[in-house]
Amino acid sequence: MNGVPDFVNTLLPFLPEWIQAVVFYGVVALILFISVILTMAFLTLAERRVIGSIQARIGPNRVGPGGLLQPFADVLKLMLKEIVIPTASNKFLFIIAPLLAVIPALAAWAVVPLWPGFAVADINAGLLYLLALSSAGVYGVILAGWATNSKYAFLGAMRAAAQMVAYEIAMGFALVGVVMAAGSLNLGEIIEKQAGGYFSYFFWWMIPLFVVYFISGVAETNRAPFDVVEGESEIVAGFHVEYSGMAFAVFFVAEYVNMILISALTSIFFFGGWLSPFEGYPLPGFITAPGFHWLFLKISFFLFCYLWFRATFPRYRYDQIMRLGWKVFIPVTLVWLAVLGVFFAYDIGPWSK
Amino acid sequence: MKTPASFFKTFFLTELIVGLYVTMRQFVARPNITVQYPEEKTPQSPRYRGLHAQRRYANGQERCIACKLCEAVCPALAITIESDVAADGTRRTTRYDIDLFKCIFCGFCEEACPVDAIVETRIHEYHFENPGENIMTKDKLLAIGDRYEAMIAADKAADAKYR
Repeated sequence: MNGVPDFVNTLLPFLPEWIQAVVFYGVVALILFISVILTMAFLTLAERRVIGSIQARIGPNRVGPGGLLQPFADVLKLMLKEIVIPTASNKFLFIIAPLLAVIPALAAWAVVPLWPGFAVADINAGLLYLLALSSAGVYGVILAGWATNSKYAFLGAMRAAAQMVAYEIAMGFALVGVVMAAGSLNLGEIIEKQAGGYFSYFFWWMIPLFVVYFISGVAETNRAPFDVVEGESEIVAGFHVEYSGMAFAVFFVAEYVNMILISALTSIFFFGGWLSPFEGYPLPGFITAPGFHWLFLKISFFLFCYLWFRATFPRYRYDQIMRLGWKVFIPVTLVWLAVLGVFFAYDIGPWSK
Repeated sequence: MKTPASFFKTFFLTELIVGLYVTMRQFVARPNITVQYPEEKTPQSPRYRGLHAQRRYANGQERCIACKLCEAVCPALAITIESDVAADGTRRTTRYDIDLFKCIFCGFCEEACPVDAIVETRIHEYHFENPGENIMTKDKLLAIGDRYEAMIAADKAADAKYR
């Protein structure tokens, strides 16, 4: 079986090969799942601490050293709470909507290359898979808003739908530039194409696309300043106004996992993923060597930007969001794709090699 | 019609970048102004008006002479006093209740008292667990006064020169 290491066969010789593969990938997926959930848990803590610092507060620091156990206390609290299901709601959709939100967010991690030569599923059309899943994620939000049968939730769902449609397009166009440069939809190959130190990252040749992609990513994950979907000052909590307990927590997980995912994808598409920016410099091995630590640092940087934006910007007005998406981002990406086309035609840039 | 300058400003998000700079400056500066409450406390004035107490003289006799000035001055009508002649022939309270739910901690009772019997201490960390515990009876007030007499006397002495 492809990709299954030999030790699986020595550990489980009595099983047929395909079951060995299933067991191996199941365990790998489980480890990845737990890591992502743990990262998400600590991201919630980091968010509260970072925004606290920006606002001259401290943030949660009581549960465990420096507040490190706060996420677990929060999870425990949410698990003990009752899940209230409104009588007027569509119960089946009400229950299934959080799952529809979280499953695509987690499933997308399958194709993310974490270190050289490793992704849980190293498929050729990884980028298409990601685009498909990120579009699917909005169904959870829309169905939640519809199934709740509440005006606020419905308004939130409508906003989510319009916002997703607007920014999905800009996001897709921004990725067209990456695909043009890399000549592949496989994320591993996209990263390898950027090898050769920080100056060969796609970022330098696609600054407008990077800006559009990252801002669209913030809009896709419904984070401030694009959080009109939740808009607590206008529509209470938007689509999850009636959700409580773990059902709410699942939406929360979906949002934060999506944040980590967008940060990971931004670093993969524009900043060379697990590649070291100091490749070829006379520096100690781990600095010049590609590896998970570089991806981790890059993801952390973009996650910090998310928190930084949230602490800085007031919420966009709804019509401003639409204007930015349709009338600024889409033209900008189209123009820059044309510019990139000129680069390709005259062999300017790192992809000429 | 937009001028080219304003177009430049909106298109390159200059004002947003200025905003990001401001928040980053705050993040790096990290002003340490939070008081970690149970471990750290802010300084208190000797005039702090917290939980009430009734005081006694050094010989153990209670100070209160049931003049009812505090009851009269209390703007929230939180004080209820009943008085009678005590066994030694002096005028004493038989009942002295302060309803802490009504009390607004204005300190007028303390100001009105001619014998410094009713005082407000610095104690501000207390709670009630059952209905009715909010009524501070004479016994409870005297018990607080007995327990914190040293602190009350020190606070009164510290404030005396300004009166």
